[in-house]
Amino acid sequence: MAGASERKLESALAAISYYFSGDEAIAEGAIAAGCRYYAGYPITPATEIFETITSRFREIGAVSMQMEDEIASICSCIGASWAGAKAMIATSGPGFSLMQEAIGYAVITETPVVIVDVQRTGPSTGQATRVGSGDIMQARWGTHGAMPIIALSAWSVQELYDQTIDAFNFAEKYRVPVFLMAEEATAHLRERMNIPEEIKLFDREKEAGVAPFGTEESDGVPPMPAFGEGEKLLVTGSTHDAYGIRKTVDPLAQEKLVTRLHSKIMNNREKIIEYEEHYLKDADIAVICYGFTARSSLFAIERLREEGKKVGMLRLKTLWPFADRAISNIGSRVKRILVPEMNMGQIVGEIVKYTSCEVVPYNQMNGEVIHPHTIIEQLRALL
Amino acid sequence: MSMDLKQYLRPGVTLPFCPGCGDRILLRLILRAIDELKINIDDMLFVSGIGCAAWIPSPNFNADTLHTLHGRAIAFATGAKMFNPKLKTMVISGDGDLADIGGNHLIHAARRNIDLTVLCANNMNYGMTGGQVCSTTPKGVRTPTTPGGNPYHPFDLCKLVNAVGATYVARYSVTQPSALVESIKKALQIEGFSFIDVISPCPTQYGRQNRLGTPRETLKFFESICIMREDAKGLSGEELEGKIVTGEFSNGGN
Repeated sequence: MAGASERKLESALAAISYYFSGDEAIAEGAIAAGCRYYAGYPITPATEIFETITSRFREIGAVSMQMEDEIASICSCIGASWAGAKAMIATSGPGFSLMQEAIGYAVITETPVVIVDVQRTGPSTGQATRVGSGDIMQARWGTHGAMPIIALSAWSVQELYDQTIDAFNFAEKYRVPVFLMAEEATAHLRERMNIPEEIKLFDREKEAGVAPFGTEESDGVPPMPAFGEGEKLLVTGSTHDAYGIRKTVDPLAQEKLVTRLHSKIMNNREKIIEYEEHYLKDADIAVICYGFTARSSLFAIERLREEGKKVGMLRLKTLWPFADRAISNIGSRVKRILVPEMNMGQIVGEIVKYTSCEVVPYNQMNGEVIHPHTIIEQLRALL
Repeated sequence: MSMDLKQYLRPGVTLPFCPGCGDRILLRLILRAIDELKINIDDMLFVSGIGCAAWIPSPNFNADTLHTLHGRAIAFATGAKMFNPKLKTMVISGDGDLADIGGNHLIHAARRNIDLTVLCANNMNYGMTGGQVCSTTPKGVRTPTTPGGNPYHPFDLCKLVNAVGATYVARYSVTQPSALVESIKKALQIEGFSFIDVISPCPTQYGRQNRLGTPRETLKFFESICIMREDAKGLSGEELEGKIVTGEFSNGGN
């Protein structure tokens, strides 16, 4: 059995190139990040993560559990996290919906956990094997009384690997559930990726005797001991004070707790948020996109650039916290913004919040990726 | 509470239970079992769900406690135990929590026979929200959501958990304190899934709505209807009507 701080880096893959699917890359990224507890329930298109990590865990002596549903899976991950594990679960829309109550529990108890949502088309069962991107707002607002979380979005197999590691680091650093908002198209895509020579890892801070649920600062992250360390931990999903004592009717305790849960993410958002600019310097029109759609968008932009059209793109690598400042900045530089999404319009609403320039959505939710030629057509109409 | 058991309580806590609540008695009996076994409470993890019984360990026990979501205590406990098997893990929650909303987790954990001790404080209703019917309420009993009497059969939780292969399965009432303490001690020592259906009367809701009288009279009533398995053997179906049969239903081969 792997202990929390124990590393089995000798079992990590050699630093060479691999031809992995996105799902396999996520499993390998998790192992490299120190994930030693996985719980899951079979669901398309995330099952390959479960299968890959389970077979790799056998080699390194970590724990993989197939639970009776996604509710039990996420709850067992939270239990394992408090026992000292870096824990992960991967799912798709229906499972993600089932997890929402427990996600709120992870938020209020400040439990590090990584949740991969390999998005498919919905609502409900939708089209299980087809791509979608319809869970973006659910990640942010899906649990009742929602507080800020961190959600990442990747456009390649390489980035799924890298972002899985980032997700663990953020979860440990900020004691928050972190979502990797993958998509079927990249999860099932096979392409070349490199395992880096060195990986930076962040492990949760421990300090004996220090309050595990409160800090002096209004935006601090308290240390997190594990069960069995003699700290007599009092973990509860009810509103609590710095030591975990339930404060179910005290308005000041509630205000203090939610203020910190909110501020520990929002006040650090510049350290968390990552995005990538392409051809934006002189652009009149910007495409703002994320995930697989960014692959199509970049193709479209490069085609139009060959014709001398001044188009560029901003790719969001962090969906939550939202890149509000970057969007305001671009909105003041370009004439129009095109927002293509594989949903009926989610991130576009956030973009409208932070810019006064014209924002045009393009929504496609038919289970197909948005084709580059579609984006070229959309951009031509705006030029 | 006697001084020797007070050492297991978190400093400063005030026990929250109503007069005559079976959960208060159960709290003491759990600590008695731990004390008699000389278990270091720092080696234990107590996991509970939502409801009156979930407050038995949290915040009262001076140990690691995980007060979780409604119905999910066993799932949380499974993760902690599987990652760190050294944690001596006990789940304490109510019947509504473990058998209604969390029933699926209960049968699956029993099927996996994971080394957890699960104490179900069974008050046969949803005490905290006002005494509504639940899956363990006897047929015919009046509750706010069954004013004409419960039309459905209750779960026999011991039969249910036994059927899927738990190692240790027993039922005792808080009105049988010595037998219950011995049962908790056994459950703690047996490796594998141990389950005790603890009859824990709720005078405030169940007792009042069914006119069982004062808290003392309610406890007396349950004391009178709980009979040991051995004594039930020779009784006819008619004689067993309204009785609760207690004892061990699976003892792990011991």
